[in-house]
Amino acid sequence: MAHFDKNAKPFSEQWLDDRLGVRTLKRVLAEEYWIPKDINFLWAMGMILAVTFGLLLISGIFLLMYYKPDTALAFDSVNYTIMQEVGYGWLFRHIHGVAASVVFLIIYIHMFTGIYYGSYKQGREMIWISGMLLFVTFSAEAFSGYMLPWGQMSYWAGMVITNLFSAGSLELNGVVEWIRGDYVPGDAYLTRFFMLHVLLLPLAIIGVIVLHFGSLRIPHVNNQEGALIDFDEEAKKYLAGNTKEAKVIRFQFDFLAKDFMVLAFFLILFFYLTFYHFEFAMDPVNFDPADGLKTPAHIYPEWYFLWSYEILRPFPKDPGLIAFAFSQVIFVLLPFLDRSPNAVPAHKRGLFFVWFWLLLIDMISLTFMGKLPPEGIFSAIGLWSAVAFIVLWVALPFITKNEKKI
Amino acid sequence: MRELKILAVVVFFSVLTYWGVEPFAHSQMHKHVEGGNFEYKTMPKPVDGNVSKGKELVTANCIACHSITSQGVAAPMDAVTASASYGVNPPDLSNAGTIFASNYLAAFIADPAKASNVAHKFPEGSGKVHPMPAYGMMMPAEDIASIVSYLKSIAKKELTPKEVFVDACGRCHAARYDGKVLGEKWTQIGQKPKFKYEKESLAFDIQVLDYQTNLNKYMGKLPPDLSMILRARSENFLETFIENPQTQLAGTAMPAVGLTGESYEKVVQHLQNIGDPSKPERDSMGIWFLLYSVIFAVFAILWKRSVWKKLH
Repeated sequence: MAHFDKNAKPFSEQWLDDRLGVRTLKRVLAEEYWIPKDINFLWAMGMILAVTFGLLLISGIFLLMYYKPDTALAFDSVNYTIMQEVGYGWLFRHIHGVAASVVFLIIYIHMFTGIYYGSYKQGREMIWISGMLLFVTFSAEAFSGYMLPWGQMSYWAGMVITNLFSAGSLELNGVVEWIRGDYVPGDAYLTRFFMLHVLLLPLAIIGVIVLHFGSLRIPHVNNQEGALIDFDEEAKKYLAGNTKEAKVIRFQFDFLAKDFMVLAFFLILFFYLTFYHFEFAMDPVNFDPADGLKTPAHIYPEWYFLWSYEILRPFPKDPGLIAFAFSQVIFVLLPFLDRSPNAVPAHKRGLFFVWFWLLLIDMISLTFMGKLPPEGIFSAIGLWSAVAFIVLWVALPFITKNEKKI
Repeated sequence: MRELKILAVVVFFSVLTYWGVEPFAHSQMHKHVEGGNFEYKTMPKPVDGNVSKGKELVTANCIACHSITSQGVAAPMDAVTASASYGVNPPDLSNAGTIFASNYLAAFIADPAKASNVAHKFPEGSGKVHPMPAYGMMMPAEDIASIVSYLKSIAKKELTPKEVFVDACGRCHAARYDGKVLGEKWTQIGQKPKFKYEKESLAFDIQVLDYQTNLNKYMGKLPPDLSMILRARSENFLETFIENPQTQLAGTAMPAVGLTGESYEKVVQHLQNIGDPSKPERDSMGIWFLLYSVIFAVFAILWKRSVWKKLH
């Protein structure tokens, strides 16, 4: 037993510090967790994501009390029991539905912020990789959740996406049946996606969130100019009372105060959407109960998957699947495809700046075309946007390699 | 200033994406159909008929198939038997004069298949005919006008949303969310009551199934349950589809029902009552959440300023 204060009152700070090291934890994780001062509101997206995940978790717990993962009961348990019989059930459902959509908007903003400011390289590779792992787990979480109301889009999107695992001409139909637990999406399918949605994937997400937060602590958060900061030196200045000169701020409460301000603006938007403009997050097609004999006229995923769906769709079967697989993994490799020695904002990087905006516009174009019926001009734009996406990523190592060191 | 510029960029691309996947995509996926405000302009307005003549004509021609419960005329057969004969149970005529537009009623009595836009279901030579005869070939237009006048004279002027739904939609469409609990629902043969014994409940269900089998044969498919239809279809779709189903779904077996604009509003109100009853609560509660968020934002701004005073 190490040294400890025998006279400390139980559960007093000293008592807890002796047993849990709360003072050290508080210092390392909050008060002397140094964040650069030169940041803008985009640096608050992480906190907004954490809060939105909290909203999803809490509303999800309430929904879980009444939802029934059974093909005969699921639709009515959502649309009747939760929406009509349970007090404020509609509120929890709309919070859950809107948050599930908005969380992806914030994830994309967060991702493109990271790309723009070069926050994925020069020691920050693990932050980026764990972040992309979160993107993948959130995507799986969103997809499995979309199955649960067992509407027409649940059923048919489930059919289309699980079919991808047959791997085109390899015709691995056994794999598809194994995933579904049936020849078509049915009761076994719904119940296992329910398990994934409420247990396995949330556990994985929480685990990866811890990893993501942890990966930030040592390399520290990036800043607006990509300036190299001697955190020890600046911390000394701050602690000596020279807070105006120091280039760093404390996580608690300097950084948090700014986070809360941005969060407050976000919440105004979020509740406006939840109460008065939730239709965008709840597709009308999914208010028709699942019917395996009636294919909807248009099958499309939620808006946040449209860009990768459109990379799959315009090509023939096998090349389409390869392009789709490419789009799914390529973002993870960004730190290694970017060969430039500079970790500074895109506007200081010449061609990379052009690359960034082209990628953003291309992905928005893919998103548009992914929802539109694949006819005429839309088909052509979709195909060329998909080709452009691949070309952009293939070109990235070459255009960054020739970048001059700043 | 720089933050505002960044914000403008973020907002621009977010709104652009929203516009592309919502309003623009939906405008491309669903054709916009111009409605006719439930006026049925191609159907001439009937002349003012003679109510007592109308009553005689109705007694002689209509009540062999239709009930008029408000006038003490019971249905000649129960719903299931009627559906076996006609495919669908003929409607009660008590409030037909209020629910349906008078020019539509006159055109319908003269030629039901044509007025309701389902003539394609009964092609010549197929041996199939609309279950209701075309009275235009059997009586002059003044007589039809008198029937319409009589129906208008006996109809209640103010109907509840449910009364309109039952007569206009409820003989083909069920609504399983229309009841105090799931199970006490609207079925095509009426509201399912609360039974004391399961045996009685099952007997009722069998009757519903028998009715649905006949309806299925007549329509080609069982018309969908309408509990959630309000959220599954756009406003423009519902309005123009109900007014004239062929405009949105060419070849469909669903007839143009001939609702007045007011009856249509009542049907929508009923669909909201059964499918989306939390709307009033949403609208009134949202404002408090927004107010709370605004107060939170004010305090958050003040807190940030006080903390950052020492940092700048």
